[in-house]
Amino acid sequence: MSPGPAAGATMLELRGITAGYGAFTALWDVALSVSAGEAVAVVGPNGAGKTTLLRVISGVIAPGAGTLAFEGAPLTGRPAHEIVAHGIAHVPEGRRLFPGLTVADNLKMGAFLPSARKHFAESVERVYDLFPVLKERRLQRAGSLSGGEQQMLAIGRALMSRPKLILLDEPSMGLAPVMVLRLFDLIRRVRAEGYTILVVEQNVRQVLKLVDRAYLLEVGRIRMEGRADELQDSDFVRKAYVGL
Amino acid sequence: MSLVDLVVNNPLLLAEAALNGLLLGGVLALLALGLNLIFGVLDIVWIVYVDLAMLCMYLIYFTVQVYGWPLLLGAAAGIALGVVLGLAVHLLIITPILNSPPVNQLLATGGLLFFIQSFATFLWTTDHKTVRLSLPTLEFGGMFVSFSRLIAFGIAVLVMIGLYLFLTRTYIGTAIRAVSQDRGAMALMGANPQRVYLVTSAVGGMLAGVAAALLIIQYSVHPFFGAAFGPITFMICVLGGLGNMFGAFVAAFIMSEIISIGGVAWSSEMGYVIAFALFIVLMFIRPGGIFAKRQ
Repeated sequence: MSPGPAAGATMLELRGITAGYGAFTALWDVALSVSAGEAVAVVGPNGAGKTTLLRVISGVIAPGAGTLAFEGAPLTGRPAHEIVAHGIAHVPEGRRLFPGLTVADNLKMGAFLPSARKHFAESVERVYDLFPVLKERRLQRAGSLSGGEQQMLAIGRALMSRPKLILLDEPSMGLAPVMVLRLFDLIRRVRAEGYTILVVEQNVRQVLKLVDRAYLLEVGRIRMEGRADELQDSDFVRKAYVGL
Repeated sequence: MSLVDLVVNNPLLLAEAALNGLLLGGVLALLALGLNLIFGVLDIVWIVYVDLAMLCMYLIYFTVQVYGWPLLLGAAAGIALGVVLGLAVHLLIITPILNSPPVNQLLATGGLLFFIQSFATFLWTTDHKTVRLSLPTLEFGGMFVSFSRLIAFGIAVLVMIGLYLFLTRTYIGTAIRAVSQDRGAMALMGANPQRVYLVTSAVGGMLAGVAAALLIIQYSVHPFFGAAFGPITFMICVLGGLGNMFGAFVAAFIMSEIISIGGVAWSSEMGYVIAFALFIVLMFIRPGGIFAKRQ
């Protein structure tokens, strides 16, 4: 089982995060928290800054202002390869698999951290249990997998680092509608294994059924925050994003 | 003598040329793999690469021929120098300009090439320096092959097998292949990019050092050794597809066979002319290298 503190304790805490690319600011004064054992979504339209938010958390970009703490440890401005070692795994937008490497080698790279290497055999068995199709295709090049299989591999690769928190960026992107439903079921199973999840999605209706809480991000600012079922019922979210 | 003449009247000489081409190909492949490995990860062609090997050859020459070290010890020193030079080029030349356009980085290594060439001429003159070995020439069914070439080929093959195992079996080796496909994603796996670059540069430098040890027992070293072997090494990489290790391996043998057989059929200059002409033609037909997928 995934290690971690008692459910309910604050795991990830962002305060006053402002970040962007060069002169362009994509996030303004964002505050967000995720408790251990929770599943939290960040929803919002294209260009709202959702991907930037995950990239700040995983250290791909450093915030211009604000603080980032994980399990009480300040991680603001730490590089990506250090943040993974603290237990945050990022499944990036577009999956970013190593297309020329086999499925097995992609999973091996997920366990690159010395602490993860020691448990490689055990972790890979767990990933194959969760996604049996990856075991069948373990000697195939990742680039030859279908979109759904690639997304499973991207999630499996993240699990190999034995994370406490998993960041999922648009997991349903580019998938056929049937596959989207299956994928959300699989994410539910990952969650049931005890991982804490922060997911960014455009598929608002599906993701609100998956998570406990959600944040609504618009043009770089948090506009609304609440329990998933409350947001689902709010007129604003329903009209703007759920399409009911 | 012409090629037809050679095939019809002197097949044994042709076979000998082919065998020598094969043996030369092993060492060329080693250089090309080193250059390609670095390109795959850092997206920069180290124009100076064969000149680094040349410096290693000088070190082996001086330790063995002047200071009387045993050849194996001199070779070990040459390989160690290769590693140091690989790390130094990355830390001192590439790291400060890692985020500038690739052409600037390429030119920076090109500048280092001229520096090393002039420096070597200044220090060691343009004399050809040779490590003298009393190794026999072997005869196989009428074909003559120098024993030193055979040893060089054998060691080159062993080192390439080692490189293959390193790149496929170890975590850091697999990470080197992964970084060549997606630089950013490997950081998300917990790999420090700078560390991967350093390991790649060290392995690339080591391969230059091994190649130097294998070259010094066959050729004499002079300040323009890099100018003689550099272009052919670069051409092999491009022909196989830059960054494509398997392509470089195959292209090394194609080029060495052309040079060797052309050299026996006409003259060694003609062998190079044919190799370069074929290269230019192939670049028009397959600009991405012989193993590139058709657009």
